[in-house]
This record gives sequence, C-alpha cells and structure tokens, in this order.
Amino acid sequence: MLKTLTRVGTQAFNKNLFSFSRNYCTRYTTDHEWVNNIGPKKYKLGITDFAQKQMGDIVYIELPKIGDSFEKGGEMGTIESVKAVSEYYIPIDGKITSANDKITEEPEILNEDPYGEGWLVEFESDQSGDFSELMSKDQYDKYIKDQN
Amino acid sequence: MISQNIIKIVQKSNKCYFSTTSNEVLKKTALNQLHKDLGAKMVPFCGWEMPVQYPAGVMKEHMHVRKESGLFDVSHMGQLRIHGKDRVKFFESIVVADLQALPAGHSKLSVFTNEKGGIIDDTMITNAGDSLYVVVNAGCADKDISHINEKMKEFKSANSSNDVSMELLENLSLIAIQGPATESILQKLVKSQDITNMEFMTQRLMNIAGIDCIVTRCGYTGEDGFEISVPSSQATRLAEIFLATSNTSNDTGIKPAGLGARDSLRLEAGLCLYGHDLNDDITPIEASLNWLISKRRREEGGFPGASIIQKQLQKDGCPQKRVGVIVNGAPAREGTLIFDPSTSQEIGKVTSGTVSPMTRQSISMAYVKTPFSKIGTEVNVSIRNKLIPATISKMPFVPTNYKKL
Repeated sequence: MLKTLTRVGTQAFNKNLFSFSRNYCTRYTTDHEWVNNIGPKKYKLGITDFAQKQMGDIVYIELPKIGDSFEKGGEMGTIESVKAVSEYYIPIDGKITSANDKITEEPEILNEDPYGEGWLVEFESDQSGDFSELMSKDQYDKYIKDQN
Repeated sequence: MISQNIIKIVQKSNKCYFSTTSNEVLKKTALNQLHKDLGAKMVPFCGWEMPVQYPAGVMKEHMHVRKESGLFDVSHMGQLRIHGKDRVKFFESIVVADLQALPAGHSKLSVFTNEKGGIIDDTMITNAGDSLYVVVNAGCADKDISHINEKMKEFKSANSSNDVSMELLENLSLIAIQGPATESILQKLVKSQDITNMEFMTQRLMNIAGIDCIVTRCGYTGEDGFEISVPSSQATRLAEIFLATSNTSNDTGIKPAGLGARDSLRLEAGLCLYGHDLNDDITPIEASLNWLISKRRREEGGFPGASIIQKQLQKDGCPQKRVGVIVNGAPAREGTLIFDPSTSQEIGKVTSGTVSPMTRQSISMAYVKTPFSKIGTEVNVSIRNKLIPATISKMPFVPTNYKKL
C-alpha cells in the first residue's frame, strides 16, 4: 500500500510520506548515496545530507541519460561544488528511467533538499537482494559517525 | 567516495604554491579567534591557518560581496616598507613598474621578475611619500624577502653611496572590505574626511572609528573596496566594528567572507592567483600583463629578464598567452588540457577554473599557444576523458565595478 500511495500521491503528500517511507525502504551506501525503493523494481537515488554538507555549495551536476544501463558500482555522473568534484555511483545493477533535470538548472536544490527535490535519478533494477544488503539508516548513521 | 574526494580536491584547490608540511605549526593572524568565533571552517593556507568559509557558505559570501560588502582577513600577506633616497631606483631594478611615474599616494600592481623574465611574485606597490609600501603574497613572502635582501646587497655593493633599506611590517594586520556598499559604510565610520573623492588605487591615512589605519582603495574581487593596514593589537576591534554593520533583517552591511569566495571572486574578475596562473616560468607578457610595463620601462628595460620580455613584446614574439575560457559544460579545473578541435593537438592548459556564481557559466583561466588566444576561438577541453566544447573569452567574466571619479 505504501508503494501505491507513493506513486499516486501529490508532491506535497509524497513529502509527508517521505519521512515515514525513509525508515522502511531507504538504504544507504558507503559512497554517501541514499537509495529509495519506490515501487516494484523501481528505485530513486540521491546523495545524503552528510554528503551535501561535506561538499558545500553545489554548482554543477552531470546526470546520466534515460535508458543508460549501469553495472553495480558504475559511475553515473558527477557533482561539483564551488571547490570539489565528486562522482556518484549506482549501488546495484540498473537502467535509468528518469533524471532530475531541474537540479541541473538549479544545483542549489541539492543542498537545500537532498532527500526530496534534490534527488538525482530513478532506475529499474532486478537486484532487490543487493538493495537489501545496503546500509540501513542506523548503520549509515554509525558509519558517518565512525568516519569523523 | 564523496567525502574522500572532497578532502583531496579542497586541499588541491586551496593548496598554496609553496606547500607546507603537515608537521609545521601554522601561523595565526590576529583575527584567528574571531574567525573561529564566527564559525569559520579553518584550513592550512601557505603556512597560515585561514578561514576558507563561514557558516553562510562560499556562494552566499560571494554574492554578498557582489551586492553589498564582505570582509576578508588578508593579514597572511606580507607588508613591507622600502626606505632610503635610492628606493625607487632600487625597486625599479627588481620590478617592471614605472615607479618614477607613480605620484605620492598612488598604488600600482607589479611583478618581481627573475633572469628568465619569469614572475617571482605579483605585488602591490604604493608611493607613500617618504617610502614605498609593498604588499606581497603570503606564500611568496619568505622568498620575496630573501630575494629583495640579496638584490639590495648587490645594489649597495655596486655603489657604496646607494641608500636603501627594507622594513618588515610584522606588527600590522591587513583587512580587506569589498563590495558596492563598502564606501558608504566606511564613510560613516570615518568622520574626519570625505572618502567619496578618493580614487581607485590610491592610499590615505585614515582614522576609522578611532583607530589609525593606512587605507588603500584596491582589492582582489573586481569590486570597489579598501585594504586596511591596521596595528595587529587593534585588528579584531576594527573587524568587529565592520561586522557590526551587518543587518540580518535586510541582508545589508559587511559580512565575513573566506578564501573560497575570494578565489571565485578574483576569477570572475579575471585576476591572477600566484602559484596557479602565474609562476617562475611565466613572463608577464605570456600572462597578458603587458599593461604593467610602461613605454619607458619597455624601452629602457633595467629589470631582471628585460631582454627576454622585450623580445616577447615584438610581433609573434610570445609563444603562449593567458586567456579566459568559457566551457559549455562542467567546470574545467586547474590542470585540464585544451585541444585544437580540428587537429586534436594539445594547445594549452587550464590554470584556474570554477562555475561563476554570477553567470552560472563554467569559467577558467588558461594558457594557450598564441595562435589560439584570439577571443572567440573554439577549442575543446578534456574533462574526465571527455572532450567538451569551449570558447576563448574576454576577461573579466563579470564586469568590474571599480571606483571612478
């Protein structure tokens, strides 16, 4: 039901739901991406709040093309801040179904709302097993704490 | 991967030309504690612990300088005074500037050159009446001072009546306030004189809110502004007086800005950063700084490397030129190679680059072979193994806003 709601919900509703859904179907990578399971075989990906804070003001984002396929660990694009450039990776095999063109026009959205409007791509994947092996919220929080 | 990369790249971008070892104890400016109290992120820079940004972030700090006014601690730069009746003759033997033609109270950008015509450092020289007041880069200060001392010894041994000496102004701090609102803000703090009739690139003694300062109308942002030399014992008090003009409700007044904003501002303004856009192997002609050398000095020479520089001033005499580049895509950072699209030959290299906070374009400074240096020339830049189209462009990338009387 959660998945159905996400698909049909308005944006505002989506936002409200987000904090709820995050606890259940969002996973995190050691490269500081978040991945959200938004439907059967469907995933949405962005970078974490920790990552955007580390990078500072983001000024340029390179997105993959719709239809691009990547193997697990593949580099999908780059994010540049005033003083840094960083790649972001797909954590499981997947094919791009949507890319957030709005953030290429207004990269600061990624700083302002990394888990919401600042998402990067949506992709399809058969590798739900690999997805569930990614870090949970608690594991990720511990991971960034250990890094500091 | 993100965090590791960030640390690497930030260190690279803010890296000083004369890198310091990690064991070295960093020097602190008089404003060090103030930066920390303001929540600045401190980084090692040329042997100094300096603020790279404050909580507002590089972008907001940058835009505030363009719209209002920002405060930069530039106390890490070296301040010197050259005394003696032969000071002009001596200094003209080590820099390309026409100091004979520099009236009292006026300032000039120049460069120290080596025997190959390469640039040892860029510097701001003021005719302070009875002395020359000189500001040099933090990372070059030590080598500049030994260079000046060595040249001074030669100068004196050539003629025992030659009179010149150098004073290191180690008890002075340097605070820059920059941006279109700066003049009116500073005027409110300076009761004793009218500063609206002060020309760009001139210097005056000024009492600011009770503190005696040496104020030069200049800067490194492309905006109108002032660099204020103040006794270090008064520096924090002066900075706090400036920052107290900040009004958060309407976003006016002077706000602190760090090294990050300083770098993106100077790049938009087309100004060189030593160790990146200038170095010992690049002549002022290659650096497109011909305007630093007056007609008299071009003809007479008399500075190190003059013969090489004079040759480069002749038609087709200069192999490479510093140019602006606008990239149609990701920003081309330092080290990015430039190619001729028709032959695929390498023709140059980027020395500084970022996304312009003002124009949102990817802007770079680069050196290219002279035939490719014409504005409008189409080139390719290689970013992460992809060739991206780019255009040789005029600088500044953002129009400068210097004080005109």
